[in-house]
Order: sequence, then C-alpha cells, then structure tokens
Amino acid sequence: MSDDPSATKDAFTASGTGREALFFARRNRKLVGGGVVVLVFLLVALTGPWFTTDDPLAYVGPPGAGPSGEFWFGTTTFGQDVLAQFVHGLRATFFVGTVAALIAGVLGMVVGFTAGYRGGLVDEVLTMITNVVLVLPVLAVLMIIAAYLEVRNIEVQALIIGLFSWPWVARAVRAQTLSLRAREFVDLARLSGAPVRRIVFREIAPNMASYLFMVFILLFGGSVLFAATLDFIGLGPTDGVSLGLMLNHAKQWSAMDLGMWWWFVPPGLGITSVVGALYIMNVGLDEVFNPKLRET
Amino acid sequence: MGRYFGRKLAIYALTFFVAVTINWLIPRFMPGDPVSRMVARAGMQTPEGVAAMREYYSSLFGFDVPVWQQYLNFWGGLLTGDLGVSLWAFPQPVSSIIVAAVPYTLGLLIPAILLSWWAGNKFGAYAARKKVLDNTVLPIWYVLTATPYMWLAILLAWALGKVAGLFPVGRTFSASLRPEWSWVFVTDLVSHWFLPFLSLFLVAFGGWAIGMRNMVIYELESDYAHYLGALGAPGKLVRRYAFRNAMLPQITGLALQLGVIVGGAVVTEIVFDYRGLGYLVLEAIKSSDFFLLQGIFLFIVIGVLVANFIIDVVYVLVDPRTRAGMGGGA
Amino acid sequence: MLHVDDLRVHYRTLRGDVRALDGVSFSVADREIMGLVGESGSGKTTLGKSLIRLDGRMRHVGGTVTLDGTELPIGDDGRMNAFRFNDVSIVPQYAMSAMNPTRRIGTMIRELVTSRGIRFDTVRSELDRRLDLVGLDREVLDRYPIELSGGMKQRMVMVISTLLNPKLLVADEVTSALDVSTQRAVALALAGFRDRDLVHAMIVITHDVSLVYQIADTILVMYAGKLAEKAPTDVIVERPLHPYTRALIAALPEVGVQYAGKRLTGIPGGPPSLRPPPPGCRFRDRCPVAFDRCAEQPPFVEVEPGHSVACWRAS
Repeated sequence: MSDDPSATKDAFTASGTGREALFFARRNRKLVGGGVVVLVFLLVALTGPWFTTDDPLAYVGPPGAGPSGEFWFGTTTFGQDVLAQFVHGLRATFFVGTVAALIAGVLGMVVGFTAGYRGGLVDEVLTMITNVVLVLPVLAVLMIIAAYLEVRNIEVQALIIGLFSWPWVARAVRAQTLSLRAREFVDLARLSGAPVRRIVFREIAPNMASYLFMVFILLFGGSVLFAATLDFIGLGPTDGVSLGLMLNHAKQWSAMDLGMWWWFVPPGLGITSVVGALYIMNVGLDEVFNPKLRET
Repeated sequence: MGRYFGRKLAIYALTFFVAVTINWLIPRFMPGDPVSRMVARAGMQTPEGVAAMREYYSSLFGFDVPVWQQYLNFWGGLLTGDLGVSLWAFPQPVSSIIVAAVPYTLGLLIPAILLSWWAGNKFGAYAARKKVLDNTVLPIWYVLTATPYMWLAILLAWALGKVAGLFPVGRTFSASLRPEWSWVFVTDLVSHWFLPFLSLFLVAFGGWAIGMRNMVIYELESDYAHYLGALGAPGKLVRRYAFRNAMLPQITGLALQLGVIVGGAVVTEIVFDYRGLGYLVLEAIKSSDFFLLQGIFLFIVIGVLVANFIIDVVYVLVDPRTRAGMGGGA
Repeated sequence: MLHVDDLRVHYRTLRGDVRALDGVSFSVADREIMGLVGESGSGKTTLGKSLIRLDGRMRHVGGTVTLDGTELPIGDDGRMNAFRFNDVSIVPQYAMSAMNPTRRIGTMIRELVTSRGIRFDTVRSELDRRLDLVGLDREVLDRYPIELSGGMKQRMVMVISTLLNPKLLVADEVTSALDVSTQRAVALALAGFRDRDLVHAMIVITHDVSLVYQIADTILVMYAGKLAEKAPTDVIVERPLHPYTRALIAALPEVGVQYAGKRLTGIPGGPPSLRPPPPGCRFRDRCPVAFDRCAEQPPFVEVEPGHSVACWRAS
C-alpha cells in the first residue's frame, strides 16, 4: 500500500509510532488485564515468603486441615502450610520461567541471527541443527537428563529447559532477519561500511524488539509448563518447593481420594493464571504492534 | 518432491542418531560413577548383593571395552531390539514391557490428537468470523492452553471421578476383569479411558482453536481474499479458501506440538494410573530403572519421528505447492 | 461514461480523519484510457479503491460516482457487490499474489464465476479466447499460481478481471512489480483490451508518467487528495500548466524512457498532512511560483477544452 495516507504521518511526527503504541497499549483491555494478573502474582511471589514461614516444608499445623483463618490454604497430610508452599513455589515458577526463557531466547536469537545474516554454509549447518533439536521431543530429553542428575535444583532445571527450547525461536528469528536484511536501511548501513555487529544491534534488533518481547512471553510460558511437568513426574528439584512438586506430592499422597482439594487446586491455578495471563497479554501486544488487528 | 522427502528423512535420521547418542552419553557424562550410583539407589543391603549388581551393571554398560567399542555395541544392541533388562520388573526385557504398554498410550494419544485438532480447527475458524463469540471464547481457549496437563487431569479426576462418581479413576480397566472381547470389558475399558482422553483433548483443543482463529484472520487479510472481494465474490467462498489455506500451517503445527502432547499424555497417565508409557515413566523414576527410562525415551523419539514423517506425507498431499516441485525448502 | 462528482473519502484514524479524497470531480469518456498520476499519499489508490471497494478504514463522506447513468452505491458494500466484476473491475497492484496459491487457476475462476451466479460453461470459450489474446497457453488453467512467472500472473489477473467485459477497469500500479521489458508488454495488453472494446473505459493508476504516456489518452494529476491537472496526454507532457505537473514532467529524463524514482527529486519536501489539510493550495510550500493568492484554494477549472487545472498562475 504505497498510497496509504497513514504513511505520510511519519514525515511529520517522527516519534509518532512509539507514542501511538503506548496509547494503544493503555487502551488494550487484554494487555492491561493480563498485565495486572501477572503483576499481582509476581508481587505475591516476591513478598509472600516474608509473610509466611521461611521453610515451606516445615510441619507447622494440624495434618490435612482445610482452609481456615490461620492457614488460608489449609495444610497438607503432614501439616505443612499450603499457602507457604504456594508462595515459595510461585517464586520458583517465576525464576525458572525467566531464566529458561532468557537462555532459550538468547540462544535462539544468536543462532537465528547468525544463520539469517551470514547465509551460505553457516546457515545450512545451523538450520540443520535447529531442525534436529526441533523434532526431538524436548520433554523426553529433559526427562533423561534430569533422571541422571543426582542433585537437582531450580537453577539446573532452568538451564536444561533453556538449552532445549530455543529452536523455534531460531527459526522465526532467522526468517525475520532474512526479510529485514533485504530492506533498504540495512543496505545503507552496510554500504557505509558499518561492522556486522553494529548493523545487527543498531539496525536489525530494534526493529525486532517488540517481536522478541512476545517471543520471551511464549518461552516463559512454555518453560513454566515444562518445569511443572518435570516436577510432577518426580524429576523436580530435590530440595525446596515448586508448584509442580506440590502437585506431585498431592498426587503421591492421594489428596484426590482424601478430597483435599485445597492441596492441588492452588498450585495448578497459579501456573494456569500466570501463563494464561501472559498469553492473553501477548494477544494484546500483537494488537498494539500490528495495526491490522486493532479494533477501531 | 524427492528432494523434499530426502531432506526431511535426512533430518529424521540425524535426529535419531543424536537421540541415541544422547542416550549413550548421558550416563557416562554425568558426574560420578553410574554403576555405584545405580547400586546405591537400588538400596541393596547385603555386600554379596552389591557385588553381584555391580558386576551385572558393569557388563551391561560394557565398561570393559574401549569407548568407541562401547558406543558401537550400544548401537548393535539397539538394532537387535535389545534395550536391556528392567529392574523394576526384573527380569523382563525393557522392550517387551514397553511394547505391552504402547497400545494404551497410542489409544489415548491418537484420538486425543486427531479429535482436538479437528474440533479446534472447526471452532477456531468459526470464532474468526463471529466477533461476539471471539471475544468471549478466546480467553477461555488461552486459559486452556496455559493449563498444565496434569492439573486439568487432577481436576477432572477429582470432580467427575471422585466427587460426581461418573467415571472410575485409576488403572486402564478394573482389576477384577481380564482383557477379552466382551461387552463388560469393553465398556469398562472405555469408561477408564474417557477422562484421561478428555483431559488431553481439552488442553490441546485450546491451542488448535487459537492457532486456527489467528490463521483465518490472517488469511482473510491476504491479497487473494481482497481480490476476490473486489470482484464481488461472496464471503462464503473467501472464507472457504481462507480455511483451506489456514489448515496448512496447522498441519505443520501438529508436527511441532507432538512432543508436548506426548509429554501431556505421560503426566495424564500418571494422574489416572493409566497403564501406558506414562505409568512406566513414573515407575522407572521411582525405582531408578534407567534402562526402562532410556528405552521409553527411544520409543518416544521413534514415535515422534514416524509421526512427523506421516505428517510430511499428508502435507504434500494437501499443499499443491510442494507437489508442484517448488516448495523444496524446509 | 464515468462521472465522479465532488467525491470525498476519509480514512478513519484515532487522531482524526485523513481527508484522502477531498472533493474530486472528473469524467472519463467511453473508450478513454485515463492515466492517474501522483506521489505516494496523493490519494490515487484511494480513488481507485473508492470506485470498486472501500477498505475497512475508508469512509464515503460525500459526492457521487455515476457510471453510464447509474449511480454506484460506493458507500454500501453489500449493494455495491452487484456492480463489481460485471460493471466495475480492478487489476490490483498485488497481482503477483492475487490468486489463491492452493487452487488451480482454472478451478479458482470457475468457483469465482459460479459464486457470482454465472455458469462457467457460458464464459469458458471466451476465457480461452482471452488467454490467446494475452499470449497465455490454455493449459495455464491447470496450473497453480506459483508455477507462473510474474508477467504471466499479471496477464492472467488481467484476463480474470476483464472476463465479464466491465464498463470500467481500474488498473492499479500494474507494472511496478515487473521488469522493464515485461512492463511494456503488459501496458500494451491493457490498451489491447480497450481497442477490442472488451473494456469501455479504463483508469490506469501509476507513479510512472512514462508508462501512461505510452497508452493513456488523458492524464489526471493528483496532489494531496485533490486534483491538480487533467488534459490529453500530449498536452500534459508538452504544455503542463500546474507547477507540480511541470516538476513531474521535468523529472523525466526523456519521455518514453523508463523513470523509476518514486519521489520528486526536483522539489524538496513532501506532501502536507491531510489530518486536516492546511488551508489554501496544498502545493504552496513546495511551489517555486507561489504567491499571496495561494493562501486561498484554487478551483479546478477548465482553461481550454479538455484541459483543467487548479492553479492561480494558470487561470
């Protein structure tokens, strides 16, 4: 649409795009609503442990008690405070999600950029590697690695999840880089003799910033779900708590049969709310950055 | 077209090679001596037992020959179907335990994958053109796809199984029955199957519906849709084209999601004590039966690769561009 | 015979309406090929779309479009459908991707025609004749769009768009995606449709004056949502009156030679914002001959038969 009149606006408001995005961001119900949910949970995860016990595994209350004024989320069969486990577990969830998403994001970006920008044999080899890791069933690989690790903690868990979650990012970033590389401004930069590093970080990366943010959200959600799955099959951290481990314990100690819903509802609800809210935020972001989807 | 399949097969062969190598490497690369770790975990009390186990494991791992020969032996064993002996169900071979469990897992997975994909596509395309429906139903789908498989399974098992008592929870069929082609057995089997199936179906459904909805909206904004509109073609024709074209990325998406859905089946089976691969995974982890776990890993990899290839074939049948010999790329 | 009278079409945006077409009046006679020329943002594509299908953000604010005595309901998407393809048709600028990639071309045409309530058999032989006319094998109907070259796709789309002998054909930047040698062939094929009376009148939208010079009878120059000048092609090229037209013509190295630049190199600056537009002549800020009177919008008036211009200096 070379003749789109909205194209002319760029000529007279240079900062228009950024301000416009912010305007739409504030107006977008999906983005704001999702953001509020995520922030509330993040706040609970950050401050919650101060208000509950330091050791969420300590036996502090009556065994198997339902929610009460003293123990808001009830207690486990062993008298552990479910709320304390929940807030500590939430913290682990945010940690694993963030670290794994950062690792996978950086790996995927580097591989994708390099493949797309360098082209040729480098591209061939990197694309092959990407495709191989892409078809490998990630969870099965994580399962094998985690099973052989004698001591597991959330740091290692985040690391191995990150190391195997990057291929689709690399693929997407490669495609984006290929299309951006073909555009004029990059050619201009190259003609003026700018080094590759500068072209990538000054010219290409800013154009993809919004896109990468959305990628981060998807990676975060995926990593949290992977971690929960590992925890649930008994390959979670050997020390500490996580939301997935809570589900594992609840299942192992027959919370379902005993009707102790307060034990297994909160952890799953926590994961679903955080990941779901992030996904909905993602839709909102897409609408903000992609004018075609805006409801005007 | 030959090039297309050639490329795909090369990737799958390489993936299989990588998976087998991972399987061989990990026990050897992990810190510490895998044999003493396994012996320690097996929890043998008597020194004779420990010695016997140590010898048994050492010969199984084949540590008495050079590394390259260990690796080749590993492949040799693999190609003759020898995945070792299970410790959990000693002395049954790992392969026969897995082969016995696979039908149950496939019985859950195949209907859940195909039906969720089909229904998700239908509903997603429908939502793309009904604004009201779109705004109410889309958040629900997003929440569904954000739900951990095991949590939905636990909720369903608890609500519909334990509280409402509509379905039995636990095992593949009642312990009192024996597998046979009788009405009683089949209904029992189906009633045990339904909840795990439903739980897998629902989570996967959300993802497909979202994908289809987004793709259809994208296709309706594409040039061919605008051209047809400018020539006065009715919305029905344009939507039919958009739906058909939106199916193609959904087929690719199916291949990409396979691993995740298999993971979902594993945890769902664990929740329901359903006696498929997931149940074996749990038992293998609980009893540190690494041979069984590694065997399951290889089976999952092979299964995913075969499914990927089937999807490739289907894709070629559905997308004329690959058949025209132009879309030779990835 | 096409009459456009005081047509106003706005783009809705959050910071107010963009007056993409701000009172546009002109006529296109039967058998006339009118070239519509202007920079990006001049409103030429908006004008083309207005005649057949407004896109989601466009709003018909005022004015009428009359085709052979019938007023087109351009603001009413549903009622307009009856006229599309039959009476008004378009060769879009995205011809390279205008055909459904996963349908055989023949199947797509059959489904399109059938959906408009016309039996495919009745147009089948005409379709073959048209393919011969533009030099395409009949067997392309059995192929998928991806199997055709750019020029072939362009000609295929021309055949589809003109299949029902529309009274008016809008050709929007039809050659911008093609290489130079194909451009000429496509332009001549367009003229061929008119010469065989398969299309009554034609509007060829382009930023490339040299293209329309080859085939157009008249040229209409647009600037910032308004008409600047309309005259027979040779008059526009040899004796342009509007300073903007002069700049356009001066930028041509030699008439008939390919001119690829999209921006006016001779005149610094760009078109003004149309949200809302500044008062007075819109070219004033870039005009080398602007004077006091240009603070007032000049009317688009006929200065000699068939030659109209909107400039105080010219009238």
